[in-house]
Amino acid sequence: MTDVPAAPRSTRAWLLSDRPQSRAQARLGRAYISWLRFASNPLALVGLAILLVLVLVAAFANILAPHSPTAGDLAGAQLLPPLSPGYLLGTDDQGRDILSRLIHGSRLTLTVVLLVAVITAPVGLLVGTVAGYAGGWVDGVLMRITDIFLAFPKLVLALALVAALGPGIENAVIAIAVTSWPPYARMARAETMAVRHSDYIAAVRLMGASPVRVVLRHVMPMCLSSLIVRVTLDMAGIILIAAGLGFLGLGAQPPSPEWGAMIASGRRFILDQWWVATMPGMAILIVSLGFNLVGDGLRDSLDPREAGQ
Amino acid sequence: MSSTTMSESVRAGRPFHVRAWPVAIGVLRFAGVVITTFLGLLAVTFFIGRVIPVDPVLAVLGDRAPASAIERTREAMGLNLPIYQQFFIYVRQALAGDFGTSVLTTHPVMSDIARVFPATIELATLGTLIGTSLGIPLGVLAAVKRGTLLDQLVRIIGLIGYSVPIFWLGLLALLVFYAKLGWVAYPGRIGIAFEYSFTPITGLYLIDALWQGEWEVAVDVFRHIILPAALLGYFSMAYISRMTRSFMLNELGQEYIVAARAKGLSEARIIWFHALRNAAVPLVTVIALSYATLLEGSVLTETVFSWPGLGLYITNSLQNADMNAVLGGTIIIGSTFIGINLLSDLLYRTLDPRTRA
Repeated sequence: MTDVPAAPRSTRAWLLSDRPQSRAQARLGRAYISWLRFASNPLALVGLAILLVLVLVAAFANILAPHSPTAGDLAGAQLLPPLSPGYLLGTDDQGRDILSRLIHGSRLTLTVVLLVAVITAPVGLLVGTVAGYAGGWVDGVLMRITDIFLAFPKLVLALALVAALGPGIENAVIAIAVTSWPPYARMARAETMAVRHSDYIAAVRLMGASPVRVVLRHVMPMCLSSLIVRVTLDMAGIILIAAGLGFLGLGAQPPSPEWGAMIASGRRFILDQWWVATMPGMAILIVSLGFNLVGDGLRDSLDPREAGQ
Repeated sequence: MSSTTMSESVRAGRPFHVRAWPVAIGVLRFAGVVITTFLGLLAVTFFIGRVIPVDPVLAVLGDRAPASAIERTREAMGLNLPIYQQFFIYVRQALAGDFGTSVLTTHPVMSDIARVFPATIELATLGTLIGTSLGIPLGVLAAVKRGTLLDQLVRIIGLIGYSVPIFWLGLLALLVFYAKLGWVAYPGRIGIAFEYSFTPITGLYLIDALWQGEWEVAVDVFRHIILPAALLGYFSMAYISRMTRSFMLNELGQEYIVAARAKGLSEARIIWFHALRNAAVPLVTVIALSYATLLEGSVLTETVFSWPGLGLYITNSLQNADMNAVLGGTIIIGSTFIGINLLSDLLYRTLDPRTRA
């Protein structure tokens, strides 16, 4: 969707044709219509811009960061306020440039979010579609397990898990993933139940498709758009939980520039050197706002039933 | 489904007690859900307690203990039994409220939790009250004035509530309202002046102080609780206003609203008495959920505000690797969470006639 067709009139007409000549044309046309709906929402575009900047910053952190994220200038640059020469956002108690730490920290944030999404979305999708398609006792057992995990307090369970596994970013990812998959399973199950008895599934089955093939090729794709919306919206929450774990000292360990941990270390100087804790908080706020805005926009454009809610 | 069986049974002239079956099955199913969910929670905490890299026996005895002592303690702790028996013992102890002894405080974990939990309840309750009393009117107004500036404003307030780290907002709030403006008291639950003279009854300080007529204490307690409660209230408001708006939009599109307008009812009456009343049914679930989330969110808030509740207890225990306390606290918060979820489910069934068996 990043590729905006700066369309000559004919391409646009080809995309919007109500009689597509090929499967590819139909798909591209649908994607284009979704993009038009998404792009008509200015807030969603703001969110998209935030996320693009995040990705670029994370990718080029080495070039963009003016200073080292871990080694500071203890003698000359301790706790400098924002807009000091050479230090746009000020420095922390170890003389480290806060901007550089934020830039490098974006990699950690992005890593956590992507890892959690990569682990939880497929698990939820698989559990949900299998439960919904198989029905019967399989459905009963799988949904019971899902409900049990759904009934848990996410943050507290993640805390207990990390406490047991030991602090660190990998364990934080595991803990968040364990607590985040159930909503996807519920959603995928609902979507599966909706299409399970439709004619096209019956047709595929008559053609001799195995249950595995039906689920993988014909049921899962129907769940994808709601799943993408839900995952995007959840990413903001994942960032907040990861930051919370970092704040409590259970996420990435010092000196790594994790945003939540940066707030925790700035907490000691909050009264006199407010910027040390404020800047990483702003970064977290902006990035999770970006995910929320894009998620809202995606929901409105991919899933018009839910629009306006 | 149950309504069709009912009307069929009425048509067939069968005795009325047929209706009792779906109710009984419903109750049984409900009990089954409660029990399996609770067992699931215990299974997870049991599992967490067993994957700790530290051998619990060595944690008690130290790593220089002779092999015979280690073996004896292992037997005494039941760690040589098969895993299902260990789990059985674990469940039995948990049901009896026995979560072991806290290494940090040397008290039984359960008595520690009983001491700190009222503080968390008080904070979360006040937060939910603030969130509900602001969130519902805002949500209703946003739905009625859909697409206007007000609607956008409510949306942005909500979006920020969904995106901001609560501990960070708490720090900034302390910086502004305590350090710079001096409107509220320092972190903690009660001023030092009253800490030892005031004897709480229920553990909910605000109610206790008012009950005993200690106005000075009540004001002091209020100055301590208002900032963290307002903060939790903001998060609850963000969620409740968003859901209220969506429920109200749904109700305002229904035909009975058109009928009410045709009857000539005033717009205010239609909105606040007819539409909101129907939207209130799903809202009960939302408020209950938000209450449960605040109980959980208090972990971070309490850390920032040095609020001596369950959240602070858990984080303090975490930092001292006091796993009994951490898991005991997790079980208590988890059980409360499950209880509130089920309660809201029951309330929903009672309030919405369409879900009745």
